[in-house]
Amino acid sequence: MSQPVSWMNHKGMVKRLLVYIICALAFAAPIRAEEEELDVSKLIFEHLGDSYEWHITKGAVIPLPCILIGEGGVDVFMSDKLEHGATYKGYHIAEEGDHEGKIVNAAGERPFDISITKNVLELFIVCTLLCSVVLGLARWYRKNGYKKAPGGFVGMMEAVIDFIDKDVAKESIGHGYEKFSPYLMTVFLFILTSNLLGLIPVFPGGANLTGNIAVTLTCAVTAFIAINCFAPKGYYKSIFWPDVPIFLKAPLPIMPTIEFIGVFTKPFSLTVRLFANIMAGHIIILALTSVVFVTAKMGTAMCASMTAVSVLFCIFMNCLELLVAFIQAYVFTILTANFIGLAHDE
Amino acid sequence: MNPLIPDPGLLFWMVLSFGVVFFLLAKFGFPVIVKAINERKEFIEMSLLSAKQANEKLASIQAEGEKLLADAKAQQKDIIASAMQEKKQIVQAAQDEAQAAADQMIEEARLSIQVEKERALQDVRQEVASLALDIAEKVIGERMKDDAIQKKAIEQLIDKL
Repeated sequence: MSQPVSWMNHKGMVKRLLVYIICALAFAAPIRAEEEELDVSKLIFEHLGDSYEWHITKGAVIPLPCILIGEGGVDVFMSDKLEHGATYKGYHIAEEGDHEGKIVNAAGERPFDISITKNVLELFIVCTLLCSVVLGLARWYRKNGYKKAPGGFVGMMEAVIDFIDKDVAKESIGHGYEKFSPYLMTVFLFILTSNLLGLIPVFPGGANLTGNIAVTLTCAVTAFIAINCFAPKGYYKSIFWPDVPIFLKAPLPIMPTIEFIGVFTKPFSLTVRLFANIMAGHIIILALTSVVFVTAKMGTAMCASMTAVSVLFCIFMNCLELLVAFIQAYVFTILTANFIGLAHDE
Repeated sequence: MNPLIPDPGLLFWMVLSFGVVFFLLAKFGFPVIVKAINERKEFIEMSLLSAKQANEKLASIQAEGEKLLADAKAQQKDIIASAMQEKKQIVQAAQDEAQAAADQMIEEARLSIQVEKERALQDVRQEVASLALDIAEKVIGERMKDDAIQKKAIEQLIDKL
């Protein structure tokens, strides 16, 4: 009996919460709408891209260090020096052109920019989290050995690591999988952590790390190295002299060309799949959130009803994105493992 | 901003960070964990196996014990049966022996009685004969000739009596 009662209470609570949100937004929205015209696509793309400071909310901005290597040597300064189009040490943030939103010098050229941007800081947070969690686990195992059963967080992480080791690496690669399983675990946990942190709307999450092609490209390049650089001789023979009728490879190397392109399309597909999935998820959630502000001009009734729709869809999308975060990390890992397994398949 | 063009700065930091993280985790993190997991798995499997073996051993010991007990009971039964048999035999033998001894004694007694009786009879006969002879002599007044022949005749007379 207690189950349905608690569910009813829960349902009632959600309903009440929704009413509160709608009322609050219905009264607040018209005031905001008068302040400034909203450019939704700019808002979305600003979030998807990178920035030199970490914008939390209006007035709450974390400045981040800019590191620039230009003709005048290395310059390091905090990003708040460049706020509102200011120029510092000859650098300013371009307002338009090819390098819009990036730091350029007076001539409008880009220096070698290794600033700690929002995405780089998020990357550092992910790496620190990953290292502390996994090395902490390793210390637990060093201290307790195998005779103590882990519980709680350690047990959960053990299940994940054992899953990647046995069900992904061993299953897909077979003999000699031990060499690759640390890489697969690293890549899985890295992508998963980045995906999940990306779903948290405020600091220390919210950056669009795995929805950035530089990040997925690096992951795919490491996968490319793992697939191709440790493969046996038979793998290279199957690319450059595959087992097909001679006319397909002798005068015109048709099959070798296809196989050779295939070597690069595999990691490329990994890059694009992860990048596009995560970016699309972020775009959808942002667009649904923007619905509230876009409909603000259309009157209270319209805005209130659309806000309810927006919140409901946002909750649904966030749940879906939670699923996607796991699925994409898993897909990247299992595909990499399968490609490695194919390369090792004599 | 084109999201399809990777940013060199982020690329640089990503390669560096991922490299460092991979190095650290692959060297000090995952191998330790995987080794511990595998060791625990082996330990559990071994424990299960040894528990199974111990169970089997226990079962076999139990069976052996039961068999031993059954054997002992059967033996006990046999021993008791044979003891009873022996007892019976001994009693029988003793009885037989006693019977035999008693029979013999009776026989001996009977024989000796017979002998004694014969002798007594003989004595009596002789006495009678001599008495008769004496009486006869006294009656006749003279001594009869040839005692032996007379005595024989008297004995024949006694027998005919």
